Amino acid sequence: MVAETSAPKTTPSIGDYLRNNIREYGLLVALVVIMLFFQFLTAGVLFRPVNLTNLVLQNSFIVIMALGMLLIIVAGHIDLSVGSIVAFTGGLSAIMLVKWGLHFSIVVPLCLILGGLVGAAQGYWVAYRKIPAFIVTLAGMLVFRGLTYLVLQNRPIGPFPKDFQLLSTGFIPDFLYFINPLPGVITNFFALVAVLVLVAVAIYYGVKDRRTNELHGTENEPFAFFVLQMGIISAVAIFLGFQLSTYKGFPNVLVVMALLIALYTFVTTRSTIGRRIYAMGGNEKAAKLSGINTERLTFYTFVNMGVLAALAGMIIAARLNSATPKAGVGFELDVIAACFIGGASASGGVGKITGAVIGAFIMGVMNNGMSIMGLGIDYQQLVKGLVLLAAVFFDVYNKNKG
Amino acid sequence: MDNIILEMRGITKTFPGVKALDNVNLKVREGEIHALVGENGAGKSTLMKVLSGVYPAGTYDGEIHYDREVRHFSTISDSEHLGIIIIHQELALVPLLSIAENIFLGNEIATNGVIDWPKTFSRTQELLTKVGLKEPPTTRITDIGVGKQQLVEIAKALSKKVRLLILDEPTASLNETDSDALLKLLMEFRKQGMTSIIISHKLNEIKKVADKITILRDGGTVETLDCHNEDISEDRIIKGMVGRDMEDRYPPREPKIGETLLEVRNWNVFHQQHRDRQFLHNINFNVRAGEVVGIAGLMGAGRTETVMSIFGKSWGHKITGEVFMHGKQVDVSTIPRAIDAGLAYVTEDRKQLGLVLNNNIMHNTTLSNLNAVANNGVIDDHKERKVATDYRSKLRIRSHSIYQEAVNLSGGNQQKVVLSKWLFTSPEVLILDEPTRGIDVGAKYEIYTIINQLAAEGKGILMISSEMPELLGTCDRIYVMNEGRIVAELSKQEASQESIMRAIMRSGEKH
Repeated sequence: MVAETSAPKTTPSIGDYLRNNIREYGLLVALVVIMLFFQFLTAGVLFRPVNLTNLVLQNSFIVIMALGMLLIIVAGHIDLSVGSIVAFTGGLSAIMLVKWGLHFSIVVPLCLILGGLVGAAQGYWVAYRKIPAFIVTLAGMLVFRGLTYLVLQNRPIGPFPKDFQLLSTGFIPDFLYFINPLPGVITNFFALVAVLVLVAVAIYYGVKDRRTNELHGTENEPFAFFVLQMGIISAVAIFLGFQLSTYKGFPNVLVVMALLIALYTFVTTRSTIGRRIYAMGGNEKAAKLSGINTERLTFYTFVNMGVLAALAGMIIAARLNSATPKAGVGFELDVIAACFIGGASASGGVGKITGAVIGAFIMGVMNNGMSIMGLGIDYQQLVKGLVLLAAVFFDVYNKNKG
Repeated sequence: MDNIILEMRGITKTFPGVKALDNVNLKVREGEIHALVGENGAGKSTLMKVLSGVYPAGTYDGEIHYDREVRHFSTISDSEHLGIIIIHQELALVPLLSIAENIFLGNEIATNGVIDWPKTFSRTQELLTKVGLKEPPTTRITDIGVGKQQLVEIAKALSKKVRLLILDEPTASLNETDSDALLKLLMEFRKQGMTSIIISHKLNEIKKVADKITILRDGGTVETLDCHNEDISEDRIIKGMVGRDMEDRYPPREPKIGETLLEVRNWNVFHQQHRDRQFLHNINFNVRAGEVVGIAGLMGAGRTETVMSIFGKSWGHKITGEVFMHGKQVDVSTIPRAIDAGLAYVTEDRKQLGLVLNNNIMHNTTLSNLNAVANNGVIDDHKERKVATDYRSKLRIRSHSIYQEAVNLSGGNQQKVVLSKWLFTSPEVLILDEPTRGIDVGAKYEIYTIINQLAAEGKGILMISSEMPELLGTCDRIYVMNEGRIVAELSKQEASQESIMRAIMRSGEKH
């Protein structure tokens, strides 16, 4: 019989707490360190408002796809086809918008549905025919790349109508310009206010959560730690918000991305669907015998991935203002790497949305920083590869030690 | 002073937060069979891992004397070099390789990396003869049963010139015939002067073969019994293991049997893989409210397959027959439907099929009935926490909290988590498949108590077990299965080990 230890402590020491949660904080710290590192190496270019905006625009699609990929990886599968789906749906949107002259309000939902169908076509083989996802999506990667060349007839299509381009190039207008106290410095006061409101809301809910946890006797992080963490995150958020507000404010894409991150965090942590995906990835047979329809669940994770890849495809097409058959080549690797850097386990059942998002930004900041420094694609790939290996090694090392 | 081949002195091994072994002593004479017993978590496996070098010298305190010298093993190959070989509970064979390839895996008979197949096969043949396994060396592991696989493991140990053979629960997954054969083999080896240490929960087997019995409890040595000096009864061993007298291994119960809950009629099932082979023939049985019904039979009789085919058709192919609940026919064609009909199935293999090991107790508890703690697909944390806390205290799951991961629980507590999960679906009939396998004596008693409580609440219990005393001790009625058929139905009065075996043997003659 397992020896009983002393009664559970509600507030562990800071050291214990850090040790138990080293992965999450380590990741966040790594992102901050990498940002500061490149801020230094690029002589301050990284944090310039225009570059921060670029950083968001360049990485939004990777982040958005990482949300879906995380679910797939947690479910115990993989999707190699997302890069091709990006090109395929981007191409279809170009044909509908440019060649057929359809309005974007029809094209956008239509492309999302098409992306879902593409995901369904692959999910069917994985879920119901039990073909390994690696093989199905490898086939999908080739098939949809081929189809992209076919529908685009090997030529890029563009430019897009202005309203569609706004998806990527638009900004949230300054609704509060009339009360801007510093019109010379701040060019989008709304962005700053929005960040401040969000920070206030986050702190309110953070404190409320602690309160309910105390009420129910659940373990809380040490208070000093909570304050420190909240303080740092708020400071960083306010700083970034301020920087953006001195340029054009929030890009539309940032809002879409933020909403999706919030939605998927909620789904993975609070919903029955999320719980079932984790259970299925942890032990598929046990989940099935517990009455979970594992086939359907697998199927829908692929449908979901297809929809998100389609959204990413349109964002990229709008950003480049042209759909090309070569769009999205190699994206699947960036997306998958983001999830693994973010702490997802290749054997399924483990991984967090926040981890994948931070992972995506770690990759993004490295790309961006090295590009500013003028390092070639050769070094960029080399460094990214090593970072991926180091992050996963850190996981494995931690697990064996604990 | 007689020939002490192994002496472990004052072994203490700590893991973060837990003292797994506390000043353990073990003395093994050359040429004896030494049994190591204790409840789960008593430290048996940890002790053997210390001995074999899985936990290298330096990570524990104490001394290991082997062959009259102090040894410091830092890897498994160090100990194997001196003839100490462990055969673990989970067999370490590669399923798709042949017997010969497995025996010489990592130890191939080769010159410059080129394998000498004729020599490999002839050596394998010699070894297989020694262990009494009649299979060609080219047979793949996946094509032979667990009993034979166990023999291959032993042959593999012999190929490494074993002097001290350690078997961790060697008969846990074997039927009686195979177990007997294995025990005979051990006694044969003893005659040839080989020493073995056997870890087992099956006390009757230990009584049969052991010369000495060392009992561990809570990471410490309790005592070493010499089976030649005195007659050691099973109760005597249990007393040492649990630290108190176990008057009764089965809690008493006054059955109050009501109407028929579950009835299965004309159930025919074809084999899952060999699709043209009928595996289950015309099965008919019923379970009444407040009744504990057992299914006895040898390994491979089709007991697990029967209940799995009923529970959402999760085994088999071309399934025909009818299932009734309260006399009304119900649809059990998918697992969610079977659950809705009021069935719950606690699987035989809790690690592979019962639990999500890296999830915590709370998540495992609510998994089958997640909607009951959720509103419109959003989980209500407080409700979920309350459910998990309630079951944790009701079933007395020993853990730090409901947030402890299932993988870190002992076998008995894992089983209680699986039970919680199914109880939370409020089933009417609970199917238990080997509910106490690999669980220590104390926890077994608790599981029986839970079974009794459930029956008293008016639930029907259908229990599969390979331990006949357990069936006889807990069931009101026992069906006997053999070769895919129900061959006898015995009331509590009629049932005995003899009558069950007789039913099996007699049915075997007919076919």
